[in-house]
Amino acid sequence: MALLLTIYLCFWLGPALLTGWLAAERGRSPRLWFALGLLFGLFALLAVGLAPRTERPVDGGDFEKLFRAVVAVVVVVVLPLLVSWAFDFTKSRDANRLAIVAVAIALGVLGVFALFWVMDQIVDRLPRGWRETVRPYVFVGPAVAVLSVFLIYPVVNTILISFKDRRGDRWVGLDNYEFVFTDPSMLRSLRNTAMWIVVVPAVALVVGLLFATLADRLQRGESIAKSVIFLPMAISFVGAAVTFRLIYSYRPEGFGSNVGVLNAIWTALGNEPVAWLTQRPWNNLLLMVIMIWMQTGFAMVVLSSAIKAIPDEIIEAARIDGASEWQVFRHITVPSILPTITVVTTYMVINALKVFDIVFVMGAPENNGTEVVAERMLTWFFTRQNQGYGAAVAVVLFIAVIPVMIANVRRFRAEEAIR
Amino acid sequence: MSVGANKKAGWFVKGTILVVCFIWLFPTLGVLVTSFRPAAEANTSGWWTTITKPFDTAQWTLENYRTVLDASGFNNALLNSLAVAIPATVMPITMAAFAAYAFSWMEFRGRQVLFVVVVALMVVPLQMALIPILRLYNGGAELFGITVFPDLDLNGTFLGIWLAHTAFGLPLATYLLRNYIGSLPSSIIESAKMDGADHFTIFTRLIVPLSVPALAAFTIFQFLWVWNDLLVAYVFLGGTSDNRVVTIALQMLSGARGQDWHVLTAAAFVTMALPLAVFFSLQRYFVRGLTAGAVKG
Repeated sequence: MALLLTIYLCFWLGPALLTGWLAAERGRSPRLWFALGLLFGLFALLAVGLAPRTERPVDGGDFEKLFRAVVAVVVVVVLPLLVSWAFDFTKSRDANRLAIVAVAIALGVLGVFALFWVMDQIVDRLPRGWRETVRPYVFVGPAVAVLSVFLIYPVVNTILISFKDRRGDRWVGLDNYEFVFTDPSMLRSLRNTAMWIVVVPAVALVVGLLFATLADRLQRGESIAKSVIFLPMAISFVGAAVTFRLIYSYRPEGFGSNVGVLNAIWTALGNEPVAWLTQRPWNNLLLMVIMIWMQTGFAMVVLSSAIKAIPDEIIEAARIDGASEWQVFRHITVPSILPTITVVTTYMVINALKVFDIVFVMGAPENNGTEVVAERMLTWFFTRQNQGYGAAVAVVLFIAVIPVMIANVRRFRAEEAIR
Repeated sequence: MSVGANKKAGWFVKGTILVVCFIWLFPTLGVLVTSFRPAAEANTSGWWTTITKPFDTAQWTLENYRTVLDASGFNNALLNSLAVAIPATVMPITMAAFAAYAFSWMEFRGRQVLFVVVVALMVVPLQMALIPILRLYNGGAELFGITVFPDLDLNGTFLGIWLAHTAFGLPLATYLLRNYIGSLPSSIIESAKMDGADHFTIFTRLIVPLSVPALAAFTIFQFLWVWNDLLVAYVFLGGTSDNRVVTIALQMLSGARGQDWHVLTAAAFVTMALPLAVFFSLQRYFVRGLTAGAVKG
């Protein structure tokens, strides 16, 4: 037993010291990596089953004990080295990129599975009374930890930073908010975003609803027609923006011919080519078209399934009573799917509120007067390195979604009550 | 199903649908056609002019794709996008599935409160998280002189962006999976417990196989979300030629060679190819995933 204990300690402390030393060599905090090594060594020892379980002590003969010890050595020594090597490898500049990517994927995918398995193994070795008290926290733990560090803490931190200066050192009171609500470019972004969250959901909803209603009557080809409208949903905002830049493309006289559809139609009507994306304030509308193109399919698909869920008898009865198609649509279809319309609208409003990529890719928002709030946030915090301004803009976005947040929690509570 | 109840589609309905479908396909079609045209032609005439002589092979070329993949570095960007998207999909789903199981079938203190927090976090704009996470990655965090988050130098690393995407995807994933896993019949879980299965076994052998539809739907949603994302990659991974993902590469190309339509359209199509393949092959799950994503902020 004493021998076994010595082996433990050696194989536990050894790798921890080794990782600490390696970290020091590479200019990282040795204490931190020593602690990580200790922790990992403990995990590994427990996982392999060398550590005493409360109920099932290591059983089997000497040979099995030896075998387990060897496995433990391999796990404890090799795994941390492997993980550490894999991390450095994914950061290396000269290695084969395919190999780096393969290692990174293996690390990320296997790592998260290993995490849960090892933690569950450890829980199995706790005293019996503790196990089922601790296990739920092991299951929710990683999710809660990630959410706390990467969402809850940042929300609090961003609110604090929004009252500090550009580098987050000094308190400046409400200065950043004063900037947000006085800077001409910021004011334009607020106005534009207000337009985005009205126009995009409204148009996408109307077109989507009409298309869903009409497509519902097709005997053949309904699913193909719906796929066509839904397809842009698969494309990235960047891809969509480039796609529409081709449509809006403009070249001034002497810089080549105009290959954009819009200018082709415009000149065919006898006009001079126009630089569409610099035409204030209509260029905003042209950018909104991109998002409408992308989101209509979503509205259409969700509304279509809601329309199909309306019982046929109701519609039949209305028709027998002599209701026109428009009356059926207005007085039966729309009221029946009103809850779905609310959900779809909320989703699209939030999406439009956070629109960033389209404006960013189209370029020069300040010259063209196409600024939006989310784009300002990135410009100020990332491009112009002013964290205070960036944080204040982010808080404006956050305040805008708080009503939705409260509504979501309320709805969830109501659902739980009837469960 | 409701065919009998509906009025038949007249020529007006059919015509309207055809026109709308044409308008909706037109932009994508333009990109696709232009990407196969030689530079000289793509930049001097509209892509629709090809329709007059579609079988003239001189007006088609694959050269643009060669340029984009090799010279413009999209080869590398595609690999990076995979390296970001695959773990950034697996990680939140695994964590969310374990958490959803615990929220549904395990008793513990704080269960209700924690889940309400998850519901509330669903609509938090990720802009709120960018600055603090970047600060954590660049310098760690200290509270009363104690390091609570070590300086791991995660900026520009895959792990850094995985964790960010994991956090942004987790609330929705947990919410959806809990709704699904919570609605599984309790009898099967009870009987598995009777047979002596522990929670880990029940989860891996019973819950995961039964939840495949929900898991598949969310997998597709999250994968496409990460693949198509520009903002998170821009902030945490950056635009160096080593690190950049396809969306960043396309955005930079659009800035640098904004009038070279032959290259730009080919690049755009390279970034779209995988999402479109997913769309066409897994359409049913795709639609389910996206419509389920409606509650996300």
